[in-house]
Amino acid sequence: MIIGAPPEMPGRDRGGPGTPLLQVRGLAKHFGGSSGLFGRAKAGVVRAVDGVDFSVGKGETLGIVGESGCGKSTTARLVMQIIEPDAGEILFDGEAVGSRALGLRDFRRQVQMVFQDSYASLNPRLTVEDTVAFGPRVHGASPSAALAKAHDLLHRVGLEPRRFAGRYPHEISGGQRQRVNIARALSLDPRLIILDEAVSALDKSVEAQVLNLLLDLKRDFGLTYMFITHDLNVVRFMSDRIMVMYLGKVAEVGEAEAIFEAPGHPYTSALLASMPSMDPDHRTQEAPLSGDPPNPINPPSGCRFHPRCKLVSTLCSQAEPALNVMAGDHLAACHLVDPQSGHPRLAAA
Amino acid sequence: MTGRDAAIVEAKDLTVDFRGPKGMIRAVSGVDLSLKPGETLALLGESGSGKSVSLRALMRLHPSSAKIGGTVRVDRQDVLAMSSRSLSAYRGKTVSMIFQDPGLAFDPVYRIGDQIAEAVMRHEGVSRAEGRRRGLELFERVRIPSPERRLDNYPHEMSGGMRQRAMIALALACRPKVLLADEPTTALDATVQIQVLLLLRELQRELGLAIIFVTHDIGVAVEIADRIAVMYAGRIVETGPCAEVIRNATHPYTRGLLSSRSDGTLAKGERLKAIPGSPPDLAAPPPGCAFGPRCESFVPDCAKVVPESVSVRAGHDVRCVRAAFRQAS
Repeated sequence: MIIGAPPEMPGRDRGGPGTPLLQVRGLAKHFGGSSGLFGRAKAGVVRAVDGVDFSVGKGETLGIVGESGCGKSTTARLVMQIIEPDAGEILFDGEAVGSRALGLRDFRRQVQMVFQDSYASLNPRLTVEDTVAFGPRVHGASPSAALAKAHDLLHRVGLEPRRFAGRYPHEISGGQRQRVNIARALSLDPRLIILDEAVSALDKSVEAQVLNLLLDLKRDFGLTYMFITHDLNVVRFMSDRIMVMYLGKVAEVGEAEAIFEAPGHPYTSALLASMPSMDPDHRTQEAPLSGDPPNPINPPSGCRFHPRCKLVSTLCSQAEPALNVMAGDHLAACHLVDPQSGHPRLAAA
Repeated sequence: MTGRDAAIVEAKDLTVDFRGPKGMIRAVSGVDLSLKPGETLALLGESGSGKSVSLRALMRLHPSSAKIGGTVRVDRQDVLAMSSRSLSAYRGKTVSMIFQDPGLAFDPVYRIGDQIAEAVMRHEGVSRAEGRRRGLELFERVRIPSPERRLDNYPHEMSGGMRQRAMIALALACRPKVLLADEPTTALDATVQIQVLLLLRELQRELGLAIIFVTHDIGVAVEIADRIAVMYAGRIVETGPCAEVIRNATHPYTRGLLSSRSDGTLAKGERLKAIPGSPPDLAAPPPGCAFGPRCESFVPDCAKVVPESVSVRAGHDVRCVRAAFRQAS
C-alpha cells in the first residue's frame, strides 16, 4: 500500500486497506510437452511462467517489464484466468479466486484488461456506445441505464458522446480506439485494470495523452493498475513499484525509483543501460548484453541469466538464486545480493 | 562538387500521391533530402507523416498507381527516369533497404545463405560458390555466431535479432553505397536494439555507407544519426545536425515530442506535457501549416500559407511562421 493512495470506492474493500488487492504465489504455466500421440514426448516444454510470486497493493500501480518471452503477458493472462494456470494461487482482496467466496464471474467483473491491439480488441460490428454498454447489459443493467453509463464513460475518457457514440471502430483513430477500450474496461466498475502494452502501438504524441488519461482515471475511480510494457521510460513514469521478469521468473522487484537508481540484478542494470542515451555527445559505446534472450524451451540451469551475465561464477550455473531482500521491499534474484551465497565476488569485495 | 562533399542522395521537391477512395491523397508533399557518403540521416515522424513513403520513393518501391513527382538523384542517376531494367540493377547494387520485419524480407523456403548468394550472382555475374563466400564474409562482419552453420539456416530457425543481422548482411551483399533502413530496430527488444544500432554505426564507418534511417523513436535517432529531419503530415518541418535539433528544437512539434517523453525527470504524480489532438487526415489536410490545429503557439497567419523553410542556425532549418517572423525582425 502506498502512502497517499486514493480511497477505494466505499463498501467494496473486503480485506481492509492492509490486504493487497492481488496476491499471486507460485504461479506457473508450461505450454506443450504433454505426452503427444502414442505417449511419445513432444519437442519441449515452454516454461512461460515458472513460479512467480508478487502482490499489488490497493491503489498501487505495479509495472511489469521484460523482453519478449519473459512471461509478462502470460502472467497477465493467468491472473485474468484467460488461460488456466498449471500451479499457483491467486488471491483477490484476500479471497482465493474461484472459491465459494469469490466466483470466477464475480472476479472477472472486478478485473479488466486493455490490450495492445486496439482494433482487434473491438467488435467491428458494434458502435462505440454499444461496445461500452455491452458489459453492463450482460451483467443485468437495463438498456437505458447501460447506455447512459456508456455515454458518461465516453465523456470521461475524452470522447464526446455526441460525436463518437454512433461511430464504428474503423471510423476512429488508434488513440481514440484505445480510449474506447479503456471506457469499456471501466464499464463494470472494476478495481484492478491490467494494461498489457496498452500504449505501445500509439504514436508518441498520442501515447502521452493516454498515459495522462490513465493517471486521471486511476485517481477518480480509485483504481489499481498492473502495467505491462517493454518501454522503460513509460514504466518509470507510471509505476509505484516495478517487477522485472526474465525467462518466466521474477528477476527483481521494488519501488520504481529504487529499481532505476540502484538496480540489484545484473539483468536489470543491462536493461537500463540498453536504453538510448538521448545525449548526442555521449552515445552508447558498448552494448550491455550480447545475443538475444534465450528460448524459454529448456532454459539455462541455475540462474537463468547466467549465460549472458558479466558477473557469472560457477555457482550461478548450479544453484538457482532465491529472491533475496536488498532493502525493505526491494528484492533481487541474484546470488550477489545474498551475503551467504558463497559467490566469489562477495569474498573479493 | 567532387569526392566526399558531393551528395550521393539528392531529392528535390519530392511528392508522392496515392489514389484514395475520394481522389488522390498526397502522402509526401515537397520533401528535400540531401545526403553525403558516410552520413546518417534520421527521418523522424509518427505514423502517416510520410517518412516510410519518402524512403520507398527513393527506391521506387511504390505500386505504379502511385504518382511520384520532383527529382530524385542517387549516385548521379535519375531514379524517377529509370527503366525497369536499370531499376533492378539499381536496387540492391546502388541502394538497398532493410525493414522492420526481417521475417517478411526473406523467402521462408530457401536457406539464408542461398538467398544472399543469389543476390550476388544476379548483380555481379559470379559463381554460386563465390556468392556463398561473400555470404560467409558478411555473416562474420555482422557478427553472427558460427556463421558457416548459420548460412544453412532457414529464416525461421533464427531468433529475431539474428534474423535482423542476416537481413543487414543480405542488404550489404552487393556493396551498396546507400542503405535505407525502415524502422529496423522497432520490433526488437531493448538489449538487442542497441546491439543492432551499434553494428550499423560500425558498418557505416568501415564501409563509408550513407544511411537514411526511418524511426518514430527520438532516442534511437539520437543514437544513430548525424542529422535529423522531423516529418509531419508529409513535410519536413525541422532539420539539422542531431545535437542542434535535440538541444535547440525550434518547431513546436519537435518541442512537443521532446517534452512529451517520460524520461524519468518528472516527479511522481506529475502529468506529461502531451501534444493535444491527433495527426491530420491526409485526405483533408488543414489549410496552411498542418500542425496549426494542435499547436500551442498558433497565430492566424498559420492557417493562411504553408510556412517556408527558414534557416535558424547553420544547417538548421525550420518550417514555422514564428521562426520566419523572428528571423525577419
